[in-house]
Amino acid sequence: MDAREAILARVRDALGRSQTEPAPPVPRGYRAHSDVVPGSGEAVDLLVDRLVDYRANVHRCREAELADTLGDLLGDVGSVVVPPGLPPEWVGAATAGGARTLLDTADEPLPNAALDTAGAVLTAARVAIAETGTIVLDGEPDQGRRAITLVPDRHVCVLHARQVVATVPEAVAVLGQHPHRPMTWVAGPSATSDIELIRVEGVHGPRTLDVVIVT
Amino acid sequence: MTTFLGMPRVAPQPATAPQDPLRWGPDFPTAAHETLGNGQMRTNLRHATRTIRDKRLRMVSELPDWEELREAGSAIKHWTMSHLPELLVQLEENVTARGGVVHWARDAAEANRIVADLVRATGESEVVKVKSMATQETGLNEHLAAEGITATETDLAELIVQLAGDMPSHVLVPAIHRNRDEIRAIFTERMGDAPADLTSEPRALAMAARAHLRAKFLTARVAISGANLAVAETGTVSVFESEGNGRMCLTLPDTLITVMGIEKVVPAFQDLEVFTQLLPRSSTGERMNPYTTMWTGVTPGDGPQAFHLVLLDNGRTKALADEVGRQALHCIRCSACMNVCPVYEHTGGHAYGSVYPGPIGAILTPQLTGMGTRGATDPHDPTASLPFASSLCGACYEACPVKIDIPTALVHLRNRAVESQQRRLLPTGWEAGMRAASAVMSSGSRFAVAARAAGLGRIVARHDRIARLPYPGSLWTGVRDLPAPPAQSFRTWWKEHQADGATRPAGAPSPGSTAGNEA
Ligand code: SF4
Repeated sequence: MDAREAILARVRDALGRSQTEPAPPVPRGYRAHSDVVPGSGEAVDLLVDRLVDYRANVHRCREAELADTLGDLLGDVGSVVVPPGLPPEWVGAATAGGARTLLDTADEPLPNAALDTAGAVLTAARVAIAETGTIVLDGEPDQGRRAITLVPDRHVCVLHARQVVATVPEAVAVLGQHPHRPMTWVAGPSATSDIELIRVEGVHGPRTLDVVIVT
Repeated sequence: MTTFLGMPRVAPQPATAPQDPLRWGPDFPTAAHETLGNGQMRTNLRHATRTIRDKRLRMVSELPDWEELREAGSAIKHWTMSHLPELLVQLEENVTARGGVVHWARDAAEANRIVADLVRATGESEVVKVKSMATQETGLNEHLAAEGITATETDLAELIVQLAGDMPSHVLVPAIHRNRDEIRAIFTERMGDAPADLTSEPRALAMAARAHLRAKFLTARVAISGANLAVAETGTVSVFESEGNGRMCLTLPDTLITVMGIEKVVPAFQDLEVFTQLLPRSSTGERMNPYTTMWTGVTPGDGPQAFHLVLLDNGRTKALADEVGRQALHCIRCSACMNVCPVYEHTGGHAYGSVYPGPIGAILTPQLTGMGTRGATDPHDPTASLPFASSLCGACYEACPVKIDIPTALVHLRNRAVESQQRRLLPTGWEAGMRAASAVMSSGSRFAVAARAAGLGRIVARHDRIARLPYPGSLWTGVRDLPAPPAQSFRTWWKEHQADGATRPAGAPSPGSTAGNEA
């Protein structure tokens, strides 16, 4: 008998001895929603509060101010990694101050060494969860490969207020529409507390996370 | 304040490397007696457990539906165990459909062999690893080393433990038994490329580790990980972490090998909404851990283009066969039970002699190793003393995000240990149990602390249920029903039961003998 059959047989045998009655259905009495309306000012405020708590840098602006905000943020970084599906205006704004763009695509990925020396990476996101201060990327063309938001030391992420939901279940419902996409949930910059429980930001991921929220 | 005087030589803790990661060292009472003498460890531990405990309480109280989430988490796990064969087959189908390869391993040796073969097939002799309880349990690193493959742990604490030649002492903060000066010494002596002027500032130490590992991450072609959960319905596998070393391992190499206990499967994608809320808050006391990665098979152009999932039994089906004990398989390894356990706080993780310490270790380890399932338990099997390593205060049950009733499982397994010993007509298991209890309860102040920390009032509240337990559980309820349990009562009780025939073995801590260790 191969290992697969052996393990499945053991599992069935074990259940035969320990399973006295059928498992009850899962009670889902927890909150799917909260009073905070997705996309509302309240949702954005809550998200900002959480992000600041994680020591992310938060910048709020109107659509018309986005180019200036990005220009200010990325003017002096030298080079910016961009995924292929980023709105051209964002790329233009990011490079207006003289930064070089490094285009990364699945077909022509930048080598890790190039990502390592890049000044920053600029992406969009799929959804953000206000209650937990979490931004989720799901690998679509405006977010790019997982590596590009990991190796550069600074990640600038642009969110629209309409993408901000209040609760985790609301975000999982959005993500569940395409469950097979590779996902990265980000809550603040990389951090460790492994030495005497003292928090140190930035071990391996980006040490700086800038979140630009467009309202 | 500690003063750093010169360069201490790094001595591994514990001193001897384990043959079997699930079962090493002496039995709990002997090991506890040793670790109780380690003042550094206990100072660190007390600070860590209290800090995490407080943070956790704050984060949990923020959610109005915490109890409903626990109910759901518990029920999902129960449902999962009850449908495990179908779910595992479904998971395999979905991972395979997305370009992954699924392997099955009956035990640690088989899992290690599969992984070593997969690594060898890539032609590589170096791999990077993200912290994984499953591969610690199988002793994978040692096996790979014997096969000429170097595995580098990339979680900061695991790296410290690996460089020091240590065993982890906590599930969440494995190097909590080391302080910053020791860590500086470990890096300076063992890391090879530590900066000459390395200080013992945590930030400086973390940055030294970053620099040390960066080159490895950027060039590694093979990575090995564990998994926090896997969704049967979609084939999605997930790792929760903080530092980004997980993302490095999970996305940069060409080949990813994930080793996962068969109990880690969950039925539906929707179930993620329960565990992504329960796990971080219970574990690190954060609303969300900094990074969670989810992947399904292979994504063309993004991340590893070869993905192997190894499904590990290694005793899990033995646990599943026990009607009461099988709930230990619901564990999501958050470590909350360790941080509230008065026994763990005093003895530290190494006393449990297994990669799974604390309350969950006390019920999981003996089941994985099959205590009492095949005739009598070997009287020298250290895991048989683990179910006795508890004051039964119930704090672990209160803290557990998936509502594992650890106290009831402990008593049930004590019974199993004792019955198995009775088959041998030797009182060894019971004796070891008494010694385990004495390690904590022998000191009046220590037990008082334990009782206070745990909220002893609960015991009385749960009296009805506990009181119905059969022998030897009934003996314990006799002790636990005392409204105020001073050491005096325990000693009196101990004396009485010694008279019943259980003699205290030579070298066992006698009541009061370890009181001097109480800081
Ligand atoms: S038993 Fe419960 S509290 Fe302990 S580690 Fe497992 S899930 Fe967490």
